[in-house]
Amino acid sequence: MTYFPAVLLFALFASTVFAITQRDTPRRMIRYGIYCFVLFVGAAIVVSWLMFLIAR
Amino acid sequence: MGYSQEGMATTESKNTAGTVPQSAGQQGFVYWPLIAGWLVPGAGHFLLRKWGRGALLAASIVGMFAAGVAMQGQLHTSAHDMLDVLGMVGDLGSGMLYVVARLGGWGAEQVQTTTADYGTRFIVVAGLLNVIAAVDAHNLRTGRKS
Repeated sequence: MTYFPAVLLFALFASTVFAITQRDTPRRMIRYGIYCFVLFVGAAIVVSWLMFLIAR
Repeated sequence: MGYSQEGMATTESKNTAGTVPQSAGQQGFVYWPLIAGWLVPGAGHFLLRKWGRGALLAASIVGMFAAGVAMQGQLHTSAHDMLDVLGMVGDLGSGMLYVVARLGGWGAEQVQTTTADYGTRFIVVAGLLNVIAAVDAHNLRTGRKS
């Protein structure tokens, strides 16, 4: 498994658990799950670019 | 961060008077969902007949643990220093998954690749997520969350 699929997998599983445990209704769970997933993946991409630029 | 906490599953959001609402099923040992949820991912929610939530939690936690093992992640088996202790506490959060993996000899003896290091983190985080899920089952049982 390469790194980016690992990030996606991690974000998917963690977001699912966060959504179910931190929100009450299915609608809010879905919204919060998507929010967490985007933040996980987005943060990984941003930090990756920062490390790439710092290392140059 | 500008994210609103409205709708979060807190006691305050349930009852402005600050008291935990009492449901009809308050009798008996209220820690069964917590214990079952810790030992078997999703089992706490299954006990409370939350089938959908339990299935999703089980799939997520078992999936993350399995992915970690498949990436040749390391199961913490000793506690020589503080980092090992923290890793082992995280691993033990998986309950029976950790026991089965130890008995089956799964995972790597030593982390030798970057992917295996990720796998080790997957295993630890699976345990921590399982603890969150078990506490959520306990909150459902006590009426703190609906």
